[in-house]
Amino acid sequence: MTTTTAISYNFAYLDERTKRMIRRAILKAVAIPGYQVPFGSREMPLPYGWGTGGIQVTAAVIGPKDVLKVIDQGSDDTVNAVNIRRFFQRTTGVETTTRTTEATLIQMRHRIPEAPLAEGQVLVYQVPVPEPMQRLEPRETTTRVLHALAEYGLMHVKLYEDIARYGHIATTYDYPVLVNGRYVMSPSPIPKFDNPKLDMNPALQLFGAGREKRIYALPPYTPVESLSFDDHPFEVQRWDEPCALCGATDSFLDEIITDDRGSRMHVCSDSDYCQSRQQAPAGQAAASEEQAIA
Amino acid sequence: MNAALSHPPLLRVRGIGKRYGDRVALHDASFDLWPGEVLAVVGESGSGKSTLLNAIAARDKPDAGSVEFQVRGGGLQDIFSMTEAQRRLLARTDWGFVHQNPADGLRMDVSAGANVGERLMGLGERHYGRLRASAAEWLQRVEIDPQRIDDAPRTFSGGMRQRLQIARNLVTQPRLMFMDEPTSGLDVSVQARLLDLLRQLTRQMQLAAIVVTHDLAVARLLAHRMVVMQHGRVVESGLTDQVLDDPQHAYTQLLVSSVLTP
Repeated sequence: MTTTTAISYNFAYLDERTKRMIRRAILKAVAIPGYQVPFGSREMPLPYGWGTGGIQVTAAVIGPKDVLKVIDQGSDDTVNAVNIRRFFQRTTGVETTTRTTEATLIQMRHRIPEAPLAEGQVLVYQVPVPEPMQRLEPRETTTRVLHALAEYGLMHVKLYEDIARYGHIATTYDYPVLVNGRYVMSPSPIPKFDNPKLDMNPALQLFGAGREKRIYALPPYTPVESLSFDDHPFEVQRWDEPCALCGATDSFLDEIITDDRGSRMHVCSDSDYCQSRQQAPAGQAAASEEQAIA
Repeated sequence: MNAALSHPPLLRVRGIGKRYGDRVALHDASFDLWPGEVLAVVGESGSGKSTLLNAIAARDKPDAGSVEFQVRGGGLQDIFSMTEAQRRLLARTDWGFVHQNPADGLRMDVSAGANVGERLMGLGERHYGRLRASAAEWLQRVEIDPQRIDDAPRTFSGGMRQRLQIARNLVTQPRLMFMDEPTSGLDVSVQARLLDLLRQLTRQMQLAAIVVTHDLAVARLLAHRMVVMQHGRVVESGLTDQVLDDPQHAYTQLLVSSVLTP
Protein backbone atom coordinates (compact mmCIF):
# COMPACT_ATOMS: atom_id res chain seq x y z
CA MET A 1 0.00 0.00 0.00
CA THR A 2 2.97 2.35 0.16
CA THR A 3 2.69 5.17 -2.28
CA THR A 4 5.55 7.37 -3.33
CA THR A 5 4.86 10.82 -4.63
CA ALA A 6 7.02 13.34 -6.41
CA ILE A 7 6.57 15.88 -3.61
CA SER A 8 7.50 14.23 -0.37
CA TYR A 9 5.61 15.37 2.67
CA ASN A 10 6.58 14.76 6.25
CA PHE A 11 4.98 11.58 7.59
CA ALA A 12 1.25 12.33 8.03
CA TYR A 13 1.57 15.75 6.40
CA LEU A 14 2.07 17.85 9.57
CA ASP A 15 5.56 18.74 10.73
CA GLU A 16 6.86 17.04 13.88
CA ARG A 17 6.59 20.10 16.12
CA THR A 18 2.95 20.58 15.22
CA LYS A 19 2.27 16.93 15.93
CA ARG A 20 3.95 17.27 19.33
CA MET A 21 1.79 20.28 20.11
CA ILE A 22 -1.35 18.35 19.19
CA ARG A 23 -0.22 15.30 21.18
CA ARG A 24 0.25 17.49 24.25
CA ALA A 25 -3.31 18.75 23.84
CA ILE A 26 -4.52 15.16 23.45
CA LEU A 27 -2.68 14.07 26.61
CA LYS A 28 -4.30 16.86 28.57
CA ALA A 29 -7.68 15.99 27.09
CA VAL A 30 -7.28 12.35 28.10
CA ALA A 31 -6.27 13.40 31.59
CA ILE A 32 -9.46 15.50 32.00
CA PRO A 33 -12.21 13.52 30.23
CA GLY A 34 -14.71 15.77 28.48
CA TYR A 35 -12.73 18.99 29.00
CA GLN A 36 -12.16 21.03 25.86
CA VAL A 37 -8.44 21.70 25.43
CA PRO A 38 -7.48 24.58 23.13
CA PHE A 39 -4.82 23.81 20.53
CA GLY A 40 -3.11 25.63 17.68
CA SER A 41 -5.22 24.32 14.84
CA ARG A 42 -3.36 24.44 11.50
CA GLU A 43 -4.65 25.18 8.08
CA MET A 44 -5.21 21.87 6.31
CA PRO A 45 -5.59 21.11 2.62
CA LEU A 46 -9.37 20.87 2.92
CA PRO A 47 -11.99 23.38 4.05
CA TYR A 48 -13.32 23.81 7.58
CA GLY A 49 -16.32 21.62 8.10
CA TRP A 50 -14.78 18.72 6.19
CA GLY A 51 -12.91 17.29 9.12
CA THR A 52 -9.87 19.50 9.67
CA GLY A 53 -9.96 18.80 13.40
CA GLY A 54 -10.25 15.05 12.95
CA ILE A 55 -7.48 14.99 10.36
CA GLN A 56 -5.08 16.84 12.64
CA VAL A 57 -5.79 14.47 15.52
CA THR A 58 -5.34 11.46 13.24
CA ALA A 59 -2.12 12.91 11.85
CA ALA A 60 -0.79 13.40 15.38
CA VAL A 61 -1.50 9.85 16.57
CA ILE A 62 -1.03 7.73 13.41
CA GLY A 63 2.07 5.50 13.18
CA PRO A 64 3.49 3.46 10.30
CA LYS A 65 2.02 0.23 11.71
CA ASP A 66 -1.51 1.57 12.08
CA VAL A 67 -4.39 0.24 9.99
CA LEU A 68 -6.67 3.13 9.12
CA LYS A 69 -10.41 3.15 8.48
CA VAL A 70 -12.29 6.34 7.58
CA ILE A 71 -16.06 6.59 7.59
CA ASP A 72 -18.50 9.34 6.76
CA GLN A 73 -22.06 8.91 8.06
CA GLY A 74 -21.25 5.23 8.59
CA SER A 75 -20.09 4.66 5.05
CA ASP A 76 -16.57 3.90 3.82
CA ASP A 77 -17.18 5.07 0.27
CA THR A 78 -18.60 8.57 0.42
CA VAL A 79 -16.60 11.61 -0.69
CA ASN A 80 -15.32 12.74 2.69
CA ALA A 81 -14.23 9.24 3.70
CA VAL A 82 -12.58 8.42 0.37
CA ASN A 83 -10.61 11.65 0.29
CA ILE A 84 -9.39 11.56 3.87
CA ARG A 85 -8.38 7.89 3.46
CA ARG A 86 -6.46 8.72 0.27
CA PHE A 87 -4.86 11.72 1.99
CA PHE A 88 -3.36 9.49 4.68
CA GLN A 89 -2.45 6.78 2.18
CA ARG A 90 -0.41 9.33 0.29
CA THR A 91 1.19 11.06 3.25
CA THR A 92 1.86 8.05 5.48
CA GLY A 93 1.62 4.93 3.30
CA VAL A 94 -0.20 3.07 6.09
CA GLU A 95 -2.46 0.17 5.38
CA THR A 96 -6.16 1.04 5.10
CA THR A 97 -9.21 -1.09 5.59
CA THR A 98 -12.97 -0.87 5.62
CA ARG A 99 -13.32 -3.59 8.28
CA THR A 100 -14.02 -2.12 11.71
CA THR A 101 -12.49 -5.09 13.52
CA GLU A 102 -9.23 -4.93 11.56
CA ALA A 103 -8.64 -1.19 12.01
CA THR A 104 -6.44 0.21 14.78
CA LEU A 105 -7.37 3.82 14.04
CA ILE A 106 -10.81 4.93 12.84
CA GLN A 107 -11.60 8.48 11.82
CA MET A 108 -15.32 9.03 11.80
CA ARG A 109 -17.82 11.61 10.75
CA HIS A 110 -21.23 11.49 12.45
CA ARG A 111 -21.42 7.75 13.21
CA ILE A 112 -19.84 5.17 15.51
CA PRO A 113 -19.39 1.75 13.85
CA GLU A 114 -21.93 -0.92 14.80
CA ALA A 115 -19.33 -3.64 15.45
CA PRO A 116 -18.18 -3.57 19.07
CA LEU A 117 -14.84 -1.84 19.53
CA ALA A 118 -11.89 -3.29 21.36
CA GLU A 119 -9.10 -2.16 23.64
CA GLY A 120 -6.24 -0.67 21.65
CA GLN A 121 -8.44 0.86 18.99
CA VAL A 122 -8.49 4.66 18.65
CA LEU A 123 -11.56 6.52 17.40
CA VAL A 124 -11.20 10.04 16.04
CA TYR A 125 -14.33 12.18 15.75
CA GLN A 126 -14.75 15.20 13.50
CA VAL A 127 -16.45 17.92 15.53
CA PRO A 128 -18.06 21.04 14.05
CA VAL A 129 -19.23 22.67 17.31
CA PRO A 130 -17.41 21.46 20.45
CA GLU A 131 -19.35 23.65 22.88
CA PRO A 132 -22.64 21.96 23.87
CA MET A 133 -24.07 25.20 25.30
CA GLN A 134 -23.18 27.41 22.37
CA ARG A 135 -26.70 27.84 21.03
CA LEU A 136 -28.01 28.87 24.44
CA GLU A 137 -25.07 30.96 25.60
CA PRO A 138 -23.13 32.59 22.78
CA ARG A 139 -20.35 34.05 24.96
CA GLU A 140 -17.45 31.66 25.28
CA THR A 141 -16.09 33.44 28.35
CA THR A 142 -19.38 32.59 30.05
CA THR A 143 -19.56 28.96 28.92
CA ARG A 144 -16.03 28.41 30.21
CA VAL A 145 -17.06 29.67 33.64
CA LEU A 146 -20.15 27.44 33.54
CA HIS A 147 -17.97 24.42 32.73
CA ALA A 148 -15.45 25.36 35.43
CA LEU A 149 -18.16 25.60 38.08
CA ALA A 150 -20.20 22.68 36.65
CA GLU A 151 -23.29 24.87 36.32
CA TYR A 152 -25.25 22.91 33.78
CA GLY A 153 -28.84 24.04 34.35
CA LEU A 154 -28.76 25.53 30.87
CA MET A 155 -28.46 22.12 29.20
CA HIS A 156 -31.72 21.02 30.73
CA VAL A 157 -33.37 24.24 29.55
CA LYS A 158 -32.71 22.96 26.04
CA LEU A 159 -34.26 19.56 26.78
CA TYR A 160 -37.19 21.25 28.57
CA GLU A 161 -37.85 23.31 25.46
CA ASP A 162 -37.91 20.16 23.35
CA ILE A 163 -40.51 18.51 25.55
CA ALA A 164 -42.59 21.69 25.81
CA ARG A 165 -42.62 22.04 22.04
CA TYR A 166 -42.78 18.46 20.78
CA GLY A 167 -43.92 16.41 23.75
CA HIS A 168 -40.67 14.46 23.89
CA ILE A 169 -36.95 15.18 23.73
CA ALA A 170 -36.66 15.92 20.02
CA THR A 171 -32.87 16.25 19.90
CA THR A 172 -31.85 13.33 17.68
CA TYR A 173 -28.18 14.00 17.06
CA ASP A 174 -25.39 15.80 18.93
CA TYR A 175 -27.24 14.79 22.08
CA PRO A 176 -25.41 16.24 25.12
CA VAL A 177 -23.73 13.86 27.56
CA LEU A 178 -22.24 14.11 31.04
CA VAL A 179 -18.74 12.67 31.12
CA ASN A 180 -17.45 10.94 34.24
CA GLY A 181 -20.00 12.83 36.34
CA ARG A 182 -18.23 16.11 35.67
CA TYR A 183 -18.12 17.77 32.24
CA VAL A 184 -21.04 18.14 29.85
CA MET A 185 -19.78 17.33 26.37
CA SER A 186 -20.99 17.44 22.80
CA PRO A 187 -20.55 13.94 21.32
CA SER A 188 -20.24 15.52 17.81
CA PRO A 189 -23.25 15.13 15.51
CA ILE A 190 -23.59 11.38 15.94
CA PRO A 191 -27.22 10.18 16.14
CA LYS A 192 -28.35 9.65 19.72
CA PHE A 193 -28.66 6.00 18.71
CA ASP A 194 -24.86 5.91 19.12
CA ASN A 195 -24.76 7.63 22.52
CA PRO A 196 -24.88 4.36 24.52
CA LYS A 197 -21.73 3.24 22.66
CA LEU A 198 -19.79 6.15 24.17
CA ASP A 199 -20.34 4.78 27.66
CA MET A 200 -17.61 2.51 29.06
CA ASN A 201 -16.18 2.00 25.59
CA PRO A 202 -12.90 0.01 25.65
CA ALA A 203 -11.46 2.13 22.81
CA LEU A 204 -9.82 5.53 23.20
CA GLN A 205 -12.07 8.24 21.76
CA LEU A 206 -10.57 11.54 20.59
CA PHE A 207 -12.55 14.54 19.35
CA GLY A 208 -11.04 17.24 17.15
CA ALA A 209 -12.64 20.57 16.18
CA GLY A 210 -10.43 22.36 13.65
CA ARG A 211 -12.24 25.64 13.19
CA GLU A 212 -12.99 26.01 16.90
CA LYS A 213 -9.46 24.85 17.81
CA ARG A 214 -10.49 22.42 20.51
CA ILE A 215 -9.59 18.82 21.33
CA TYR A 216 -11.35 16.64 23.90
CA ALA A 217 -11.28 12.98 24.74
CA LEU A 218 -12.88 9.98 26.39
CA PRO A 219 -10.27 7.57 27.76
CA PRO A 220 -11.21 3.87 27.62
CA TYR A 221 -13.93 2.80 30.06
CA THR A 222 -15.16 6.32 30.86
CA PRO A 223 -18.74 6.52 32.18
CA VAL A 224 -20.81 8.67 29.81
CA GLU A 225 -24.40 9.50 30.64
CA SER A 226 -26.90 11.08 28.24
CA LEU A 227 -28.78 13.95 29.88
CA SER A 228 -32.49 13.44 30.51
CA PHE A 229 -35.40 14.13 32.84
CA ASP A 230 -36.62 11.57 35.38
CA ASP A 231 -40.04 11.47 33.73
CA HIS A 232 -38.63 11.71 30.20
CA PRO A 233 -35.72 9.26 30.17
CA PHE A 234 -33.16 9.03 27.38
CA GLU A 235 -34.27 6.83 24.47
CA VAL A 236 -32.65 5.91 21.18
CA GLN A 237 -34.31 5.81 17.77
CA ARG A 238 -36.12 2.61 16.69
CA TRP A 239 -37.30 1.37 13.33
CA ASP A 240 -40.32 -0.73 12.48
CA GLU A 241 -38.53 -2.74 9.81
CA PRO A 242 -35.16 -4.47 9.53
CA CYS A 243 -32.39 -3.48 7.09
CA ALA A 244 -33.59 -4.28 3.54
CA LEU A 245 -30.18 -5.63 2.55
CA CYS A 246 -28.88 -7.61 5.51
CA GLY A 247 -31.95 -7.93 7.73
CA ALA A 248 -30.27 -6.39 10.79
CA THR A 249 -32.65 -5.17 13.45
CA ASP A 250 -30.02 -3.75 15.77
CA SER A 251 -28.34 -1.12 13.58
CA PHE A 252 -28.93 2.50 12.63
CA LEU A 253 -30.93 2.63 9.38
CA ASP A 254 -30.89 5.24 6.63
CA GLU A 255 -33.97 5.78 4.53
CA ILE A 256 -33.09 5.58 0.84
CA ILE A 257 -35.44 6.76 -1.88
CA THR A 258 -35.22 4.31 -4.76
CA ASP A 259 -37.30 5.95 -7.50
CA ASP A 260 -39.40 9.04 -8.12
CA ARG A 261 -42.67 7.33 -7.24
CA GLY A 262 -41.98 7.42 -3.53
CA SER A 263 -40.55 3.92 -3.12
CA ARG A 264 -38.07 3.75 -0.33
CA MET A 265 -36.07 1.26 1.65
CA HIS A 266 -34.26 1.25 4.96
CA VAL A 267 -30.67 0.08 4.97
CA CYS A 268 -27.84 0.08 7.51
CA SER A 269 -25.91 3.33 7.57
CA ASP A 270 -22.77 1.37 8.56
CA SER A 271 -21.74 -0.04 5.17
CA ASP A 272 -19.07 -2.37 6.58
CA TYR A 273 -21.50 -3.88 9.08
CA CYS A 274 -24.13 -4.41 6.38
CA GLN A 275 -21.70 -5.99 3.90
CA SER A 276 -20.08 -8.29 6.40
CA ARG A 277 -23.53 -9.52 7.41
CA GLN A 278 -24.46 -10.13 3.79
CA GLN A 279 -21.20 -11.99 3.12
CA ALA A 280 -21.42 -14.12 6.25
CA PRO A 281 -22.69 -17.68 5.70
CA ALA A 282 -26.48 -17.66 5.46
CA GLY A 283 -26.96 -19.75 8.60
CA GLN A 284 -24.84 -17.43 10.69
CA ALA A 285 -26.64 -14.28 9.55
CA ALA A 286 -30.02 -15.91 10.10
CA ALA A 287 -28.96 -17.06 13.54
CA SER A 288 -27.86 -13.63 14.62
CA GLU A 289 -31.05 -12.22 13.20
CA GLU A 290 -33.16 -14.64 15.19
CA GLN A 291 -31.15 -13.73 18.22
CA ALA A 292 -31.80 -10.06 17.62
CA ILE A 293 -35.52 -10.62 17.12
CA ALA A 294 -35.72 -12.81 20.20
CA MET B 1 -35.03 49.30 67.98
CA ASN B 2 -34.70 46.53 70.54
CA ALA B 3 -36.17 44.00 68.14
CA ALA B 4 -33.72 45.12 65.50
CA LEU B 5 -30.80 44.69 67.83
CA SER B 6 -31.76 41.23 68.98
CA HIS B 7 -32.02 39.94 65.39
CA PRO B 8 -28.91 40.15 63.25
CA PRO B 9 -29.39 41.95 59.94
CA LEU B 10 -29.83 40.00 56.69
CA LEU B 11 -27.33 42.22 54.96
CA ARG B 12 -24.68 44.48 56.40
CA VAL B 13 -22.99 46.97 54.10
CA ARG B 14 -20.03 48.92 55.45
CA GLY B 15 -18.01 51.65 53.79
CA ILE B 16 -18.56 50.55 50.18
CA GLY B 17 -16.63 52.67 47.68
CA LYS B 18 -15.99 52.50 43.97
CA ARG B 19 -14.01 54.74 41.68
CA TYR B 20 -13.61 54.70 37.93
CA GLY B 21 -10.18 56.18 37.34
CA ASP B 22 -10.14 59.59 39.05
CA ARG B 23 -13.89 59.77 39.26
CA VAL B 24 -15.49 58.68 42.52
CA ALA B 25 -18.68 56.82 41.67
CA LEU B 26 -19.49 55.76 45.18
CA HIS B 27 -18.08 56.86 48.52
CA ASP B 28 -18.41 55.23 51.90
CA ALA B 29 -21.96 53.83 51.74
CA SER B 30 -23.11 51.89 54.79
CA PHE B 31 -26.45 50.43 55.87
CA ASP B 32 -28.12 47.36 57.32
CA LEU B 33 -31.08 45.50 55.91
CA TRP B 34 -33.32 43.24 57.99
CA PRO B 35 -35.36 40.26 56.70
CA GLY B 36 -38.57 41.34 54.99
CA GLU B 37 -37.49 44.96 54.75
CA VAL B 38 -37.65 46.98 51.54
CA LEU B 39 -35.05 49.70 51.09
CA ALA B 40 -35.31 52.25 48.32
CA VAL B 41 -32.23 53.96 46.92
CA VAL B 42 -33.17 57.23 45.24
CA GLY B 43 -31.21 59.96 43.55
CA GLU B 44 -30.73 61.53 40.16
CA SER B 45 -29.03 59.87 37.20
CA GLY B 46 -25.34 59.37 37.78
CA SER B 47 -25.62 59.66 41.56
CA GLY B 48 -24.18 56.17 42.09
CA LYS B 49 -27.40 54.22 42.70
CA SER B 50 -26.70 51.50 40.20
CA THR B 51 -23.03 51.33 41.17
CA LEU B 52 -24.13 50.75 44.76
CA LEU B 53 -26.57 48.03 43.71
CA ASN B 54 -24.05 46.23 41.50
CA ALA B 55 -21.43 46.35 44.23
CA ILE B 56 -23.74 44.87 46.85
CA ALA B 57 -25.03 42.21 44.47
CA ALA B 58 -21.41 41.22 43.76
CA ARG B 59 -21.82 41.92 40.07
CA ASP B 60 -18.99 44.43 40.25
CA LYS B 61 -16.25 44.35 42.87
CA PRO B 62 -16.05 47.53 44.97
CA ASP B 63 -12.69 49.14 45.76
CA ALA B 64 -13.40 49.51 49.45
CA GLY B 65 -15.73 48.29 52.15
CA SER B 66 -17.46 45.04 52.93
CA VAL B 67 -20.79 43.36 52.24
CA GLU B 68 -21.91 40.65 54.63
CA PHE B 69 -24.92 38.41 54.06
CA GLN B 70 -26.75 36.18 56.52
CA VAL B 71 -26.15 32.79 54.89
CA ARG B 72 -28.77 30.10 55.62
CA GLY B 73 -27.62 28.45 58.82
CA GLY B 74 -24.21 30.11 58.68
CA GLY B 75 -24.32 33.61 60.16
CA LEU B 76 -23.02 36.75 58.50
CA GLN B 77 -20.44 36.05 55.81
CA ASP B 78 -18.42 38.47 53.73
CA ILE B 79 -19.53 37.83 50.14
CA PHE B 80 -16.23 38.91 48.62
CA SER B 81 -14.24 36.38 50.62
CA MET B 82 -16.44 33.53 49.36
CA THR B 83 -15.31 31.49 46.38
CA GLU B 84 -16.82 32.41 43.03
CA ALA B 85 -18.80 29.16 43.04
CA GLN B 86 -20.35 29.97 46.45
CA ARG B 87 -21.15 33.52 45.39
CA ARG B 88 -22.80 32.37 42.18
CA LEU B 89 -24.79 29.76 44.03
CA LEU B 90 -25.97 32.44 46.46
CA ALA B 91 -26.89 34.71 43.56
CA ARG B 92 -29.13 32.10 41.98
CA THR B 93 -30.74 30.70 45.10
CA ASP B 94 -31.03 33.20 47.95
CA TRP B 95 -30.85 36.32 45.81
CA GLY B 96 -32.71 37.67 42.85
CA PHE B 97 -31.82 40.46 40.48
CA VAL B 98 -34.47 42.31 38.50
CA HIS B 99 -33.07 44.35 35.64
CA GLN B 100 -34.57 47.55 34.34
CA ASN B 101 -34.73 46.02 30.87
CA PRO B 102 -36.34 42.57 31.12
CA ALA B 103 -34.35 41.37 28.10
CA ASP B 104 -31.20 41.52 30.28
CA GLY B 105 -32.66 39.15 32.85
CA LEU B 106 -34.61 36.75 30.63
CA ARG B 107 -33.78 34.32 27.88
CA MET B 108 -35.87 35.91 25.18
CA ASP B 109 -35.94 32.91 22.81
CA VAL B 110 -36.74 30.30 25.42
CA SER B 111 -40.33 29.66 26.58
CA ALA B 112 -41.71 31.34 29.70
CA GLY B 113 -41.88 27.96 31.45
CA ALA B 114 -38.20 27.24 30.87
CA ASN B 115 -37.30 30.77 31.96
CA VAL B 116 -39.01 30.18 35.28
CA GLY B 117 -37.63 26.65 35.60
CA GLU B 118 -34.01 27.43 34.78
CA ARG B 119 -32.94 28.12 38.35
CA LEU B 120 -34.57 24.91 39.53
CA MET B 121 -32.85 22.91 36.80
CA GLY B 122 -29.58 24.56 37.82
CA LEU B 123 -30.18 23.27 41.34
CA GLY B 124 -30.62 19.74 40.05
CA GLU B 125 -34.40 19.41 39.51
CA ARG B 126 -34.71 16.67 36.89
CA HIS B 127 -38.46 16.06 36.78
CA TYR B 128 -40.23 17.71 33.86
CA GLY B 129 -43.72 17.41 35.37
CA ARG B 130 -42.71 19.12 38.61
CA LEU B 131 -40.80 21.84 36.77
CA ARG B 132 -43.83 22.56 34.66
CA ALA B 133 -46.17 22.61 37.63
CA SER B 134 -44.05 25.10 39.53
CA ALA B 135 -43.63 27.24 36.40
CA ALA B 136 -47.42 27.33 35.95
CA GLU B 137 -47.91 28.19 39.60
CA TRP B 138 -45.45 31.06 39.43
CA LEU B 139 -46.91 32.46 36.24
CA GLN B 140 -50.24 32.54 38.02
CA ARG B 141 -48.77 34.27 41.03
CA VAL B 142 -47.35 37.06 38.88
CA GLU B 143 -50.67 37.31 36.99
CA ILE B 144 -49.55 35.86 33.67
CA ASP B 145 -52.04 33.51 32.00
CA PRO B 146 -50.60 29.97 32.48
CA GLN B 147 -51.82 29.22 28.94
CA ARG B 148 -48.82 31.21 27.76
CA ILE B 149 -46.31 28.92 29.46
CA ASP B 150 -44.87 27.77 26.12
CA ASP B 151 -44.64 31.23 24.54
CA ALA B 152 -41.31 33.01 24.35
CA PRO B 153 -41.00 36.30 26.28
CA ARG B 154 -40.33 37.96 22.94
CA THR B 155 -44.10 37.75 22.34
CA PHE B 156 -44.93 39.31 25.74
CA SER B 157 -45.73 42.94 26.52
CA GLY B 158 -43.31 45.03 28.58
CA GLY B 159 -45.28 44.58 31.78
CA MET B 160 -45.59 40.83 31.30
CA ARG B 161 -41.88 40.52 30.64
CA GLN B 162 -41.12 42.37 33.84
CA ARG B 163 -43.48 40.12 35.81
CA LEU B 164 -41.93 37.05 34.19
CA GLN B 165 -38.51 38.27 35.23
CA ILE B 166 -39.75 38.57 38.79
CA ALA B 167 -41.24 35.05 38.70
CA ARG B 168 -37.97 33.66 37.33
CA ASN B 169 -36.14 35.15 40.29
CA LEU B 170 -38.63 34.17 42.97
CA VAL B 171 -38.93 30.50 42.06
CA THR B 172 -36.11 29.49 44.43
CA GLN B 173 -37.73 31.41 47.32
CA PRO B 174 -34.90 33.93 47.71
CA ARG B 175 -34.61 36.11 50.79
CA LEU B 176 -33.14 39.17 49.09
CA MET B 177 -34.03 40.84 45.80
CA PHE B 178 -32.09 43.54 44.02
CA MET B 179 -34.21 45.64 41.71
CA ASP B 180 -32.80 48.19 39.32
CA GLU B 181 -35.55 50.60 38.23
CA PRO B 182 -38.08 47.76 37.97
CA THR B 183 -40.95 49.95 36.79
CA SER B 184 -39.33 52.71 34.80
CA GLY B 185 -39.94 51.27 31.33
CA LEU B 186 -43.65 50.76 31.90
CA ASP B 187 -46.68 52.99 31.49
CA VAL B 188 -48.43 54.27 34.58
CA SER B 189 -51.29 51.76 34.92
CA VAL B 190 -48.94 48.82 34.35
CA GLN B 191 -46.53 50.34 36.88
CA ALA B 192 -49.29 50.49 39.45
CA ARG B 193 -50.17 46.80 38.98
CA LEU B 194 -46.54 45.78 39.19
CA LEU B 195 -45.98 47.79 42.36
CA ASP B 196 -49.06 46.22 43.85
CA LEU B 197 -47.74 42.77 42.96
CA LEU B 198 -44.31 43.50 44.40
CA ARG B 199 -45.83 44.75 47.63
CA GLN B 200 -47.91 41.63 47.93
CA LEU B 201 -45.00 39.27 47.15
CA THR B 202 -42.51 40.94 49.48
CA ARG B 203 -45.03 40.68 52.29
CA GLN B 204 -46.08 37.07 51.57
CA MET B 205 -42.54 35.78 51.18
CA GLN B 206 -40.88 37.87 53.90
CA LEU B 207 -38.66 39.08 51.08
CA ALA B 208 -36.11 41.80 51.69
CA ALA B 209 -35.42 44.05 48.73
CA ILE B 210 -33.18 46.87 47.64
CA VAL B 211 -34.96 48.92 45.01
CA VAL B 212 -33.07 51.48 42.99
CA THR B 213 -35.40 54.08 41.57
CA HIS B 214 -35.58 57.71 40.56
CA ASP B 215 -39.32 57.70 41.11
CA LEU B 216 -40.23 58.87 44.61
CA ALA B 217 -43.73 57.44 44.24
CA VAL B 218 -42.24 53.95 43.88
CA ALA B 219 -40.21 54.53 47.01
CA ARG B 220 -43.27 55.79 48.87
CA LEU B 221 -45.37 52.76 47.90
CA LEU B 222 -42.85 49.98 48.27
CA ALA B 223 -40.16 50.92 50.70
CA HIS B 224 -39.98 50.91 54.46
CA ARG B 225 -36.78 52.87 54.51
CA MET B 226 -34.91 54.90 51.97
CA VAL B 227 -31.47 56.18 51.16
CA VAL B 228 -30.93 59.40 49.18
CA MET B 229 -27.79 59.63 47.08
CA GLN B 230 -26.03 62.50 45.40
CA HIS B 231 -22.62 62.54 43.70
CA GLY B 232 -21.82 59.04 44.92
CA ARG B 233 -22.56 59.82 48.56
CA VAL B 234 -25.44 58.94 50.81
CA VAL B 235 -26.81 62.34 51.85
CA GLU B 236 -29.83 61.25 53.82
CA SER B 237 -31.41 58.05 55.04
CA GLY B 238 -34.33 57.11 57.23
CA LEU B 239 -37.91 55.87 57.23
CA THR B 240 -39.59 56.54 53.90
CA ASP B 241 -42.38 58.72 55.26
CA GLN B 242 -39.99 60.65 57.43
CA VAL B 243 -37.58 61.39 54.58
CA LEU B 244 -40.29 62.28 52.09
CA ASP B 245 -42.46 64.36 54.42
CA ASP B 246 -39.70 66.06 56.34
CA PRO B 247 -36.57 66.15 54.19
CA GLN B 248 -33.52 67.50 56.02
CA HIS B 249 -30.82 67.69 53.37
CA ALA B 250 -31.00 70.42 50.74
CA TYR B 251 -30.81 67.92 47.90
CA THR B 252 -33.63 65.79 49.32
CA GLN B 253 -35.73 68.91 49.71
CA LEU B 254 -35.09 69.74 46.06
CA LEU B 255 -35.93 66.18 45.03
CA VAL B 256 -39.19 66.11 46.96
CA SER B 257 -40.26 69.53 45.72
CA SER B 258 -39.52 68.52 42.11
CA VAL B 259 -42.28 65.92 42.06
CA LEU B 260 -45.20 67.03 39.91
CA THR B 261 -48.60 66.48 41.40
CA PRO B 262 -51.41 66.42 38.88
